[in-house]
Amino acid sequence: MKTRTLRIAGVVGAGVALAIAGCAAMNASQGGDKAESEAVALMKKDFKPHGQATLDRLDQDPLQKACTEAAESGKVLPASEATRLQQSQLATIRYPADGSYLGDWKAGEKIAQTGKGMQWNDDPKKAAGGNCYACHQLSKAELSYGTIGPSLYHFGRTRGFGTDSQKYVYGKVYNPEAFTACSSMPRFGAHGILTEQQIKDVVALLLDPNSPVNQ
Amino acid sequence: MNPIHRAVLLFCAVSALSTAGAYAQQSQSTEQAIEKYREAVSEENPAELWEARGEALWKQPRGPKHVSLEQCDIGLGPGVVKGAYTVLPKYFSDTGKVQDLESRLVTCMGTLQGISPEEAKKNHFGNGPKKSVMEALVAYITSESRGMPMRVSLARPEEKEAYEIGKRMFFYRAGPHDFSCATCHSHDNLRIRLQDLPNLTNPKDAQRAYTTWPGYRVSQGEVRTMQHRLNDCYRQQRFPEPGYASDAITALTTYLAVNANGGTYNAPSVKR
Repeated sequence: MKTRTLRIAGVVGAGVALAIAGCAAMNASQGGDKAESEAVALMKKDFKPHGQATLDRLDQDPLQKACTEAAESGKVLPASEATRLQQSQLATIRYPADGSYLGDWKAGEKIAQTGKGMQWNDDPKKAAGGNCYACHQLSKAELSYGTIGPSLYHFGRTRGFGTDSQKYVYGKVYNPEAFTACSSMPRFGAHGILTEQQIKDVVALLLDPNSPVNQ
Repeated sequence: MNPIHRAVLLFCAVSALSTAGAYAQQSQSTEQAIEKYREAVSEENPAELWEARGEALWKQPRGPKHVSLEQCDIGLGPGVVKGAYTVLPKYFSDTGKVQDLESRLVTCMGTLQGISPEEAKKNHFGNGPKKSVMEALVAYITSESRGMPMRVSLARPEEKEAYEIGKRMFFYRAGPHDFSCATCHSHDNLRIRLQDLPNLTNPKDAQRAYTTWPGYRVSQGEVRTMQHRLNDCYRQQRFPEPGYASDAITALTTYLAVNANGGTYNAPSVKR
């Protein structure tokens, strides 16, 4: 037991050292990449606001910046950086005040089917969709699903229907970056794409035993 | 039945299926219908209508100066259309910048024909009766590179710079959805819904994708160019709108075109 603990401590120590080296490399690239700053300046010159898609959307938050640099260099984010980002994203999640997470799976299915919302040609007054099927398999009946994210078919049956699962899914949809830094999935709650009720409906799509996802 | 009638009929059949809803079986049969459509029109691609209109526009005296575009240098010297698209984007010394085909056409319409950039870019994406001069010209010029390998140069520092900027744009993650081009296009064998997503960082996929634009889009009944494809990607990325034939789009196109180097150019094509 003792040797195991020591071994783990050693691995963690090496990981921290690597992560610190990684941070130093990232800081160097932030200051030194001329093409990066030229690209940002060029986009700000050549992109035009259109409908609700205003130019401030080109401004990156620290997470977007860190993920851009990691993807560009073809490297994964250093572990310590990933943890730090995830923790700061975790703080953005607002869980429902009433403590209930499960909405209506039928409404959730509609949200999963539509990808409208936030585009320059979308009406900002209309509710946005989650477009879950663009990336995930969900119900058995819908064969037109994407593979960018993992299959969520039988999600409740394999992960459990309890409150812990519900809270996890609520948080994951609200802000996936709190669990996996640089995830491809949008921060639906944190960025105001979906409302609290809509997220509850999506939770129900995954975790209501009667939802087609669990049939 | 003439090719246009056949195209219209088939298009209506496909439209009827695609509006029938997003449910599985219907989506599948939509895909099958499009595949049938693709086969049916492979010998008579409706894009030929755009190519013919573009060729006429290229040769027709137009603008205040009443001259044609035939002396325009689109990459291989004045008046050379054959193969020109395979070297674009490239650096042009008269403008002192890297230009893609559309940007270059705006230049030539100005210098040769006296047409203002605003006028040149009018109706740049055609829509039914509002036909686009640009899309027709691009359809014609690209068709003259069919069967030839892509060979975009990075020999000039300006070209290298455009490529590097384009690469940064490709990975630039921003907006309410945290998307970049790379979100969908930097991994092998992914799909969005039923649509295969090319990994544009991988030469094989980049070649296959880049060399098939422009395409006659069955779902839109229009010939759409790479310029349009990038515009529509940015819409779905929830970004503001990139300027048509802008330096930013030219930079991104340079990155994509270089990644496709060596691929045999084969467009205008027929697409979903």
